Amino acid sequence: MFEPKIVAFFCKWCTSAGADLAGTSRMTYKPNIIGIRVMCSSRVDPEHILNAFKNGADGVLIGGCHPGDCHYQSGNYKTLKRITLLRKMINDLGIDKNRLRLEWISAAEGKRFTQVIDGFTDEIQKLGKLKIEQL
Amino acid sequence: MAKPKVAFYWCASCGGCEEAVVDLAEDILTVTDAVDIVLWPVALDFKKKDVEAMQDNEIAVSFINGAIRTSEQEEMVNLLRKKSGLVVAFGSCAHIGGIPGLANFSNREEIFDYVYTKTPSTMNPAKTTPQTNTVVDGYELEIPEFYNTVKTLDQTIDVDYYLPGCAPPLDLIMNAVMAILKGELPEKGAVLAPDKSLCDTCPRNDSKPEKLMMSEIKRPHTVEMDPEKCFLAEGVICLGPATRSGCGERCINANMPCRGCFGPVKGVSDFGAKSLSAIASIMGIEGEEKMTDEDIQKLVDQIADPAGLFYMYSLPSSLLRRKVMK
Ligand code: SF4
Ligand code: SF4
Ligand code: FES
Repeated sequence: MFEPKIVAFFCKWCTSAGADLAGTSRMTYKPNIIGIRVMCSSRVDPEHILNAFKNGADGVLIGGCHPGDCHYQSGNYKTLKRITLLRKMINDLGIDKNRLRLEWISAAEGKRFTQVIDGFTDEIQKLGKLKIEQL
Repeated sequence: MAKPKVAFYWCASCGGCEEAVVDLAEDILTVTDAVDIVLWPVALDFKKKDVEAMQDNEIAVSFINGAIRTSEQEEMVNLLRKKSGLVVAFGSCAHIGGIPGLANFSNREEIFDYVYTKTPSTMNPAKTTPQTNTVVDGYELEIPEFYNTVKTLDQTIDVDYYLPGCAPPLDLIMNAVMAILKGELPEKGAVLAPDKSLCDTCPRNDSKPEKLMMSEIKRPHTVEMDPEKCFLAEGVICLGPATRSGCGERCINANMPCRGCFGPVKGVSDFGAKSLSAIASIMGIEGEEKMTDEDIQKLVDQIADPAGLFYMYSLPSSLLRRKVMK
């Protein structure tokens, strides 16, 4: 079975804390993600995402605080707009937009964290390996 | 003392860069007084064999315009690299891929299929397309190979400097030539243009509101644009925030928004990603906390072709370099 590689950026204040909760509560989830903690979801530049795809990621996940909860007030609103536009753009560049996903996961949502990871891993598994010609 | 030798060469380009050199008008006399032009296919009758006969590094500087699309272009720029002390990537196509680089949204097969069978003026029932090697009446013909992917000059050979622009403006060309003649060059790899962004030098920058926001995206042909106001303030996408300054605000002064022919400001590796980021951040700022996912999708969908817009001049130099083909 194809084991996808997923690069996941989590904001420090919510999603990353949610991941810690899942871990300390000994919840299980699929092992396909490589997590990277950033201060805020808005720190994730579209350049970082394209770099991940270019370097072998089959999917990229961004996790941030729920609307209204961003530690920096409006970072996640910027993220939502950027990711929505970037999904449209990568689709035109031949990368299925569903390979890029944005989710809001709070520090209290350990369970939801595991569900998102499992669900996204399943989806990328169905989409198959992303074949990018190395030029 | 012998004058330094200079070569001009063209690859996948439109001829505009040649025109830019011709446009130096009387200034070109200053240049020709100081140098010997040893290759310039558009104007002078030197041949490849003349270059081959030269010593390595005998040419002081080669100005090469155009992207790299065929094996012939690749061969010529490798030859020029060997014979030249310095190589300058001249113009957007050599620098970042340029308009010919838009072909990277497609590939050889699709392009040949369209051009040689599908265009309305074509009748080609046998579906003949150019072949690198063909035998006709016992004679073997060879034509340059048409590559699948367009490359920038520095993806093909080592490049010393970049003169950006579609085409590079006269003052930057003259500055570069003079700096080379005087030996006053910056560090290798430099783009011979200011490090500021276009907004920094744009005459409309003062009209930019403190808090920029675009609640609606308008395409340039659908609005009558105020010749004084920042385009972004009018809802028209302008890529000035991500673009390197130095063009003389040519498009802006013609009342058209910037499309990024000068490439990114220093330190940015993917022009399209950076400009997407800049534009997305100011879309619908007012009331962004109340917007639903659907509202945002609707706003984003007003940009009909984001990849074509944000990578208009720079697809081959982007991180992905081309569309991922099925
Ligand atoms: S966005 Fe365009 S019009 Fe506005 S200041 Fe920048 S370059 Fe000038
Ligand atoms: S305004 Fe932009 S697109 Fe127009 S010449 Fe200047 S850099 Fe190039
Ligand atoms: S801090 Fe979590 S999205 Fe900004």
